[in-house]
Amino acid sequence: MSEDIKNTSCRDVPDGELVRRSQGGELAAFEELAFRHEEKVYSLAMRMLRHEQDAEDVTQQSFLNAMENLQSFRGDSSFSTWICRIAIHGALKLIRKRKSRSMVSLDETAGEEGDHGTIPHPEYIADWRESPEELVHRNEIQRLLEEALSGLDEKHRMVFLLRDVEGFSVKETAESLGLTETNVKVRLLRARLQLREVLTRTLGDPDTRVVRHHEHAR
Amino acid sequence: MKCEELLAMLNEYVDGTVDPSVCMEYEKHMAGCDPCKVVVDNIRKTIILYKEGKPYELPLTFRNRLHETLRQKWPKSGPGS
Repeated sequence: MSEDIKNTSCRDVPDGELVRRSQGGELAAFEELAFRHEEKVYSLAMRMLRHEQDAEDVTQQSFLNAMENLQSFRGDSSFSTWICRIAIHGALKLIRKRKSRSMVSLDETAGEEGDHGTIPHPEYIADWRESPEELVHRNEIQRLLEEALSGLDEKHRMVFLLRDVEGFSVKETAESLGLTETNVKVRLLRARLQLREVLTRTLGDPDTRVVRHHEHAR
Repeated sequence: MKCEELLAMLNEYVDGTVDPSVCMEYEKHMAGCDPCKVVVDNIRKTIILYKEGKPYELPLTFRNRLHETLRQKWPKSGPGS
């Protein structure tokens, strides 16, 4: 990080105070907010868009939009939540633009294979060798997570990211993606099960592997 | 409750939005069904990992460019004015 351009007087100041100072015209306070949240925003954009340049564009535009609308931010949510929502909105807009070029809609539900079909049943079932807290800081685990996420269809990935990673409610996820709540629930279940399957094949302890002694409906 | 019924309501159980009476049935089933118990545990951990992860580092050149842009665009009379 470019420590030289960070304003030391803003360190240890809570986000809420930085927002107030920014609203009062203090650029250094706004820059500190950007330093604190830019990586999260960029990661979110990368996860949604899978494209570095697009993720950079969305990240930059999100902070510019936040700057422009700072006076309307009343602190009902945290700054982090607010800026992430701006980024999600921007990323979805870009995805829709991409889709319109290829004549496919993000919220297209017609002809969706499997949304109303049977639920794929878990195959590899085993306790994980380590806790998420132990795993989360390791680079190879982050790579595994992103590979697994890339393996999801976009329609499943978006629902998982909004609902499980960003904490949107089912209703908010449905509204953001132009889906019904039922669609959101089905897609979320499929995404969760698929990610669980992929991660458990690497993170599961084979010694604890359990085999179903009765068949799930397929 | 059968495994497939549990699977169908997995979201509601993991999210804590399941009806209390169904929740009891769910837990009763899991007490006697290791595979379902482990699947639920795996899914909870999967969600935590994604939620807590910081998958991408901000490219340094982009960080510098972003802050340069923010400084350029910062209105002299304050934001939103």
